[in-house]
Amino acid sequence: MFAFLLRRLASLLPTLILVSMLIFGLQQLLPGDPAKILAGEDQDPQVIAYLQAKLHLDEPLPVRYGYWVWGVLQGDLGESVRTQLPVLDLILQKLPVTLELAVLAFLVAVLIGIPAGVVSAVARGSAWDHGANLFALWGLSTPNFWLGILLIMLFSVQLGWLPASGYVSPFEDLAGNLAAMAMPAFVLGNAIAAVLMRHTRSAMLQVMSSDYVRTARAKGLSERAVVIKHALRNALTPIITLGALELGTLLSGAVLTEQVFTIPGFGKLIVDAVFNRDYAVVQGVVLFTATTYILLNLLADLAYFWVNPRLRR
Amino acid sequence: MSTALSPSALASAPTPAARPGPWLAAWRRLRRRRAAMWGLGVVLMFTLMALLAPWLGLQDPIATSWGSIRKAPSAAHWFGTDEIGRDVFARVVWGTQASLLAGVVSVSISLLIGVPLGLLAGFVGGWVDMVIARITDAFLACPFLILAIALAAFLGPSLSNAMMAIGISAAPIFVRLTRGQVMQVKVEDYIEAARAVGNPPWRIALRHVLPNTLPPILVQATLAIASAVIAEASLSFLGLGQQPPAPSWGSMLNTAKNYVEQAPWMAIWPGASIFLLVLSFNILGDGLRDALDPRQR
Repeated sequence: MFAFLLRRLASLLPTLILVSMLIFGLQQLLPGDPAKILAGEDQDPQVIAYLQAKLHLDEPLPVRYGYWVWGVLQGDLGESVRTQLPVLDLILQKLPVTLELAVLAFLVAVLIGIPAGVVSAVARGSAWDHGANLFALWGLSTPNFWLGILLIMLFSVQLGWLPASGYVSPFEDLAGNLAAMAMPAFVLGNAIAAVLMRHTRSAMLQVMSSDYVRTARAKGLSERAVVIKHALRNALTPIITLGALELGTLLSGAVLTEQVFTIPGFGKLIVDAVFNRDYAVVQGVVLFTATTYILLNLLADLAYFWVNPRLRR
Repeated sequence: MSTALSPSALASAPTPAARPGPWLAAWRRLRRRRAAMWGLGVVLMFTLMALLAPWLGLQDPIATSWGSIRKAPSAAHWFGTDEIGRDVFARVVWGTQASLLAGVVSVSISLLIGVPLGLLAGFVGGWVDMVIARITDAFLACPFLILAIALAAFLGPSLSNAMMAIGISAAPIFVRLTRGQVMQVKVEDYIEAARAVGNPPWRIALRHVLPNTLPPILVQATLAIASAVIAEASLSFLGLGQQPPAPSWGSMLNTAKNYVEQAPWMAIWPGASIFLLVLSFNILGDGLRDALDPRQR
């Protein structure tokens, strides 16, 4: 297992280096002098001179990349032109909000997607199966910002049950926090639930026709025990691998969801940065999300080991 | 695709000349799937709407009318009017152009980048494959929409840049898919045979390997159009796609979210259109997968 882990970690390195090159390269897409563009609308000569020195614009590209990466490794993602704050501080400040949203959404996805997939595989061809498949198709085809607007119309405008926007810290008011997060978490979790349902269904269908499930049935175990202890446990491996790919959808979707419900997280940070032409913040957020995504996939690989003891040897 | 026919179909075929080609056989299978045909029908309907928009006798989609601001749906304005008195129905119909164009153009960009690179990686192998695979991994490590947002931000907000951003962000999926297909196909006996009769490598790659990798790529492309339509709507919703006053479903929703209490119709129709178009492409893609992959039948 350690050999595998080492190999897995070693393969991360080139990916991370290329990702950093890609994100650094974004800057090259800007037409003209980056310092002038990065300086924003004010075009303060002092800021331009400062940026020229900081970005080492008189040096060749590879050297500039070297300086940039060296800074990133020391936690220097640059500064926001607008707020003058270090980009890393801004990200860390918004991170808990997005993290909460993502965790809640993932819970929604798992709680809906996996049971729906199990039921539709076990009762293949039944009304439940058709219902679950329709749900998956619906989840995959509904733009989550539209779903968010529809839910606001129903639960905030018509019924007045939930707040349409805003964010309360869970440490100040837990009930208020959950009320504010309920719709966003559902909206974000819904699309991922659809994908998880499809993966669970096909994994379960495969497992249910295997020999060990037949053996378990032959031993006289209850159907419930067969499905949950024998089939689902084994079906989890592909579900985890394929489900991990959806973590990217989770991060992308968070941007839109936060925009709809005016949640002051990561997504709001990148969108505001785009409009303020705060390119360092955009770069920082992309770098941070990509790194997070890579690490989450690594965690998914570890989970893969955990559910599949045969690989541990 | 010579495997598209099952042994029983071969046996029942009276003469080799009467045997349908693999694409025709797939089309016949697709035609039997009612859901897929519905999907195709809706996609064609939207395409017609986009092409014929100028001749449908619609109201001007960008003409403002201060006398009819946020009017509820009526005989004069089927879908109501928006915050500056524009006809929502006309804007939804015209918005089809931006969405379909974005779907088709960005997926074409992905195909143009992804398929040749995947073919190269899978066919040549060795260090070429390694370099391409690593770059693909790096792109895939950036969540799709976030990468598209970043690209659109640095390229500048416009519909064509949004299409470019979506196309580039989605290309790695096609590199991976094509590469995997090529690796599977290139060890088949008929490729060995083509090699044995002295075909040059480029000819084997283009004439013998590529055509046999197309079915899954076609399926993925159909599903990718669905994602691209959502992605364009998302970027426009964030203000990074089609710029106002030109109509696009995403940007209509962006404005509509500020008027959910006063004018809910502003949000319902553009969103329902995105949903319907994306749903149709998804159903069509699912149907194509079943029709083109004989193993799954």
